[in-house]
Amino acid sequence: MNDGRQISGQSASVDEREAKRNGASPGRPIPAKDTEARPPHPKLGPKVFQSILGEAPEEIPETPACFGDLNLDQIIAAVTAGREEYESRPFFHASLHTVDAVHYRHEVFRDLESETVFECVAEFTRKMRQMREQITKSGKLYYKYQKERLLLDAVSTYCEAVACVARDLGTADLRSRGFVAFREFLAGYIDSASFTSLRDEAKALYDGLSTVKYCMNIKGTRIRVRKPESEIDYSAEVERTFEKFKRGAVKSYLVEFRDSLDMNHIEAAVLYLVAKLYPNVFIALSDFCARNAAYLDPKVSAFDREVQFYVGYLQYIERFKQAGLSFCYPRLSITDKAIRSVDGFDLALAGKLIAENTSIVCNDFHLQNPECIFVVTGPNQGGKTTFARTFGQLHFLASVGCPVPGREASLFLFDKLFTHFEKEEDIHTQHGKLEEDLIRIHDSLGRATPNSIVIMNEIFTSTTLHDALFLGKKVVGSIAALDALCVCVTFVDELASLNEKTVSLVSTVGTANSTERTYKIVRKPADGRAYAMAIARRHRLAYDDLKERLRT
Amino acid sequence: MKPLLMHRDRDFDLQGALPWNEQDLTQDLELGTLFETMAHGDAFLKDMARRGILASATDPSSIVYRQDVLKDCLDKPAVVHAIYEIAVDAIEGERKNHWGLVMGYPDSVLRRSVDVMGLFIVSLKKLRAFGESHAGNFSSAGFRTFFAMLASELGDDYFAEVQEHLKELKFWNGVLVSAELGAGNKGVNYVLRKPLDIDRGWIRRIFARKVPSYSYQLASRDENGARALSELRDRGLNLAANALAQSNDHILSFFRQLRAELAFYLGCLNLNKRLSELDEPVCFPEPVAQTEHRHIVAGLYDICLALTKGQRVVGNDLDANGKDMVVITGANQGGKSTFLRGVGLAQLMMQCGMFAPAQSLRASVCDSVITHYRREEDATMKSGKLDEELTRMSDIVDHATCGSMVLFNESFAATNEREGSQIATQIVNALTEAGIKVFFVTHLYEFAHDLHNTERPDVKFLRAERQADGTRTFRLNEGEPLQTSYGEDLYHRIFETPSTGHELRQ
Repeated sequence: MNDGRQISGQSASVDEREAKRNGASPGRPIPAKDTEARPPHPKLGPKVFQSILGEAPEEIPETPACFGDLNLDQIIAAVTAGREEYESRPFFHASLHTVDAVHYRHEVFRDLESETVFECVAEFTRKMRQMREQITKSGKLYYKYQKERLLLDAVSTYCEAVACVARDLGTADLRSRGFVAFREFLAGYIDSASFTSLRDEAKALYDGLSTVKYCMNIKGTRIRVRKPESEIDYSAEVERTFEKFKRGAVKSYLVEFRDSLDMNHIEAAVLYLVAKLYPNVFIALSDFCARNAAYLDPKVSAFDREVQFYVGYLQYIERFKQAGLSFCYPRLSITDKAIRSVDGFDLALAGKLIAENTSIVCNDFHLQNPECIFVVTGPNQGGKTTFARTFGQLHFLASVGCPVPGREASLFLFDKLFTHFEKEEDIHTQHGKLEEDLIRIHDSLGRATPNSIVIMNEIFTSTTLHDALFLGKKVVGSIAALDALCVCVTFVDELASLNEKTVSLVSTVGTANSTERTYKIVRKPADGRAYAMAIARRHRLAYDDLKERLRT
Repeated sequence: MKPLLMHRDRDFDLQGALPWNEQDLTQDLELGTLFETMAHGDAFLKDMARRGILASATDPSSIVYRQDVLKDCLDKPAVVHAIYEIAVDAIEGERKNHWGLVMGYPDSVLRRSVDVMGLFIVSLKKLRAFGESHAGNFSSAGFRTFFAMLASELGDDYFAEVQEHLKELKFWNGVLVSAELGAGNKGVNYVLRKPLDIDRGWIRRIFARKVPSYSYQLASRDENGARALSELRDRGLNLAANALAQSNDHILSFFRQLRAELAFYLGCLNLNKRLSELDEPVCFPEPVAQTEHRHIVAGLYDICLALTKGQRVVGNDLDANGKDMVVITGANQGGKSTFLRGVGLAQLMMQCGMFAPAQSLRASVCDSVITHYRREEDATMKSGKLDEELTRMSDIVDHATCGSMVLFNESFAATNEREGSQIATQIVNALTEAGIKVFFVTHLYEFAHDLHNTERPDVKFLRAERQADGTRTFRLNEGEPLQTSYGEDLYHRIFETPSTGHELRQ
């Protein structure tokens, strides 16, 4: 009875948090402003470096409601996998609201597409990660001189990280306002007295520590420690004496010692005695650590965290590029709904298909004035839900400033994005279901504005065709009246030709064999067959299904 | 240090792979009999005999080097046995000093190594003493070098130096270890140091020189501390313990090598003793360079047949100087196979430096001795018999070099005579043209006859003798192939007088 249709996400269709965060009400006027894409102008960038993500980047810890329906949760999980420590998800949750803010990020992405810049940033973040590990270790260690040595290591790693990134970015061809400002900030920082003295002192301390050499006399239960004199290496002498017997390779009797970083109390006691032999070195170390507990510059550490937004995304999309798929920087507008996408695809699905070595079907879409609603009909498993997700993913990813799937794209910078997907198994709980659907849709429509996007997938399946047609017309009609962007996946063909604002898209089947899927979604009138077929398939009563089932 | 009793310049290889055709050779030439006699019940001697004989030396001077050592051994067997015993004792002593649980702790490794080294030093001293009293009686380059090496390497002052170390390594004054600071300010590069002035003692010297020092005393019931302290000490001892333990292994390996090389000669002594009991003659053969194409032998007998029967067997002469191929035909049960085996055995024995089972032998060395014998059955059932033979032939072609010697015994008879002859002809022509020496026992008349007709000067034909009344003398004479191998005689003998037939089959 279940044909495994790809409808998912029964989550709330209303993004309440988004609304709250923006302090926006449905009727809030949008400032009229030229929002056409323009080339970056580094010179016009902010004089003072704020953040690589743009001025005062917003963070939203909660996952937006639409993420489940659009599989954006999977995508962002993959993007941030392995870099959980940076907590960059909140940046991916926060849509931008000006085209300029999006451009700011596009510029940074473009700079990072240069291998030199990317590698330089990657090296910087590697070192910063190493530094954090050293700090963590320092915290875990018990003995003072060990803690201090690890703190010194961390400071030194930090200085190296900063110096390297400053040097490498200094010669890089940077175009983005973000990177140019960061470079200027770095140039000033590494010349500052606080940084240079930090670096020089750390170096001097290492030099001092490297001069520490000592001799232990272990006799019975007593250890004596003193500075070494010119005692010869006795192992070498023993080896020399027996050199003449040497005959080819023999096995090693060297014992491997467990070498963890922490010390036992005997080693610590020896270190304490060694510190007494070299008082100046160790006093300087302690003094340095006491003075430099807060060595980390907040802007440097913020950059380290925030740049992960870009690095993670670029690394994530690299595997798709390797598979021959395209990404592009979309043109964005907050007024023009003549959107367009060429060769877009569902990132989450593509990730799976690449892993299975299956080919991925890309789809195009476009709207022209006065169109604003895609009504997608056609056979099941023909790519309708995927199309709806693709549409949503493209817009959401574009809204956080990321390059999007496809060879080219012009997209709409929405204020709110509502999704209304339904889970198939809920078909059986008819009681109250329809009512619940209606309440939710009503709520969404109440908060939607002409600048919102609504994505509906197979709504009103839990009623008769007659009811579904009636309700569908009402809902689509009110969205049309609102002039909001909408994708509506439905089996009700009549919705496809509701008025001049609706565009009919149909999932197609192969010309030779009607059960073969092409996963292509094309503009054409709904042909009426899809519905019956869809129902039949849902019950697995189509010819090929029956053949299959009757075989056993 | 190397004994150098098998090779002038290197160790006799105790581990290396034996020739690829070891199994075939052992089976076809009945080498097992030879090994058993040399072993005289000692598995180790057997193994060394096997390695010695199968790993041929290929240049005449190396062979003569061993012959000389063997002559010394034949001359003074008691001394050789005594040296062998010293090596065996040293090896046994080491083995009895059990490792037990000491691995994993440098301190225990070191203590065990000091004990074992003490033991080895005693054996090395004995060895040197032996050399001092007997060296003059030995004339071979091998033994003279060996004794000279003992005298020069193991002088009194050297033994004194070793004793000093063994004493020092007991660390009566404590262990002195230097270190530096590594990651996390932990000690690294632990190096064992020799105190500057042992006699005066370290602590007193510090007071004298006013070197600042600080000390830590382990609390009396601090067991974790005691473990940590001994680990610290162990870190210092690690390299030295390893150095000494490895030196022990080197010395042990020297004794093992000495024992192994002498074992080969002891095997030769055992064999010689047995042959003299049988009153069979032996000679030291004269190996000559490959290029000279020599092969002349008088009174060559199949040593394995003699050992198996426990009596003298008929010898044969052969003059194959300048010959690339010897084709042997003639009477069934006429001694062809025995002769062929005798040729192979004598060649192997000559090339490992042994005496040869003949009154005299002068022959060119060969790169390798290879056998291609007709096999009874194809055990694997993978292929037909001819196919199996040809597979082995193909292996031989993969391995043979231009100086090899290939012994064929009734090969390629698993088909009809015409085809077998064709195959045989093409193979031997190719082999001999490639510089491979061939001995071929065959009943393939067409093959032998056609070859005879070519009148090749480099081919010699031998025929097993049959007297007019049908009796065999087991002698081979020069003679062209005949169309019959007198199998009819054999048939009659066996079917008319079964007991005689049985005897003959042996």
